[in-house]
Amino acid sequence: MIDLLFEITATQGEFSLDVGERSRVEVLGLFGPSGAGKTTILELIAGLRTPTGGAIAIAHRPLFDSARGINLPPRRRRIGYVPQDVLLFPHLDVRGNLLYGVPSAAGQGVTSLAKAPPLHGVAAMLEIEALLDRRVHNLSGGERQRVAIGRALMTAPMLLLLDEPLAAVDRARRERILPYLLRIRRELHVPLIYVTHDASELAEIADRVLVVGEGRVVGAGPPAEVLHTH
Amino acid sequence: MSPDVLSIAGFTALMAASATVVALPPGVALGWILARRVFPARSLVETLVSLPLVLPPVATGLLLLWFFGRRSVVGRALDRAGIEIVFTWKAVVIAMAVMSLPIIVLTARAGFEQLNPRFEQMASSLGARPLRIFFTITLPLAGRSVIAAALLGFARSLGEFGATIIVAGGIPGATQTLSTAIFNFAELGRDRDAMQFIFVAATLAFAAMLASNLLVRRRHA
Repeated sequence: MIDLLFEITATQGEFSLDVGERSRVEVLGLFGPSGAGKTTILELIAGLRTPTGGAIAIAHRPLFDSARGINLPPRRRRIGYVPQDVLLFPHLDVRGNLLYGVPSAAGQGVTSLAKAPPLHGVAAMLEIEALLDRRVHNLSGGERQRVAIGRALMTAPMLLLLDEPLAAVDRARRERILPYLLRIRRELHVPLIYVTHDASELAEIADRVLVVGEGRVVGAGPPAEVLHTH
Repeated sequence: MSPDVLSIAGFTALMAASATVVALPPGVALGWILARRVFPARSLVETLVSLPLVLPPVATGLLLLWFFGRRSVVGRALDRAGIEIVFTWKAVVIAMAVMSLPIIVLTARAGFEQLNPRFEQMASSLGARPLRIFFTITLPLAGRSVIAAALLGFARSLGEFGATIIVAGGIPGATQTLSTAIFNFAELGRDRDAMQFIFVAATLAFAAMLASNLLVRRRHA
């Protein structure tokens, strides 16, 4: 369980976002149509975009607060982010990608603030041990997705943001990846914010859902209630 | 081919390589800044960097001569420190570096602009500091463009004439490069000798340009 707080306003061109959430959750689902602002919310939490105003705090740790002039850079947020296009580093092999955020001799990496999980533990959980020495362009869509999740988990994040993790994989692979996400929740106790426009995924994984439409929260509550009405 | 031709070709290649080494770090840094950062003086920096491309090379040479000459503050300070620049091999390197800088900046900048900035954002969210991101993500992913920039800079330096003749003089056995040798022999009416130098200069420049073009083509493939 983790305490989440975000009250964010952001504008980009003609799109404006004004969303708020205060809850204690394990898996928060963001549900809504394409263009609703779900990815923008994740990028604002990860620090890849700067809100125009508001506040973001995870486990009572302020990441952004316009009133107090706080805006932690992404590297100090301890937020694992897996974007929809996964963005594995193409010049590194799978092992290099997984270890990128782990502190090196130079003392860099998010986990200089926390203990990194063992590489083989994460690789075993995501069943990517056999891929460690492979180049990333030789991986299938599902494998890339699991490596990207592993790379984020290796930084021992306080919170993991997953943007449509199953969108690029076919139905059969979806049924194989979802159990890995459930294991993250069950075994690593890493809270998730999970973006999707597939209600069935949220019914399986989320304990609370925010329905986002045109940059606003238009519904919130347990999946069974919220997904039924939207 | 006479030993003179080979020795001048070797000297020119060494000077051009040194100029590339000197111009590459600031050129790549400026290329990255212009590709990734928005700041108030950006247009001014862009214009200043591109100036040697459009200014007559002789004018750039004269400006360098004044800058490093004994009448300027810098020249006097260097003189007091016992460092001689003007009409030495150092002047050849400086003239070549200044003249090749714009081409290095423009090529590196184009490479950085083609690189998806989200890779750098991702590295940042994984905890990397800006300098580490540059050396472990940006530079390796834009590597071909940086090598192409170095090759183009090298090729530009090989052919440099106007600024070099003013600030270094083209002194045989001291600062004479392929270009200044071609000029000297042509002026003396020794066209056959000049042709030898033209052949070597063209071969070296052709090889550098071909390598650069192949790299750029592979980048787009």
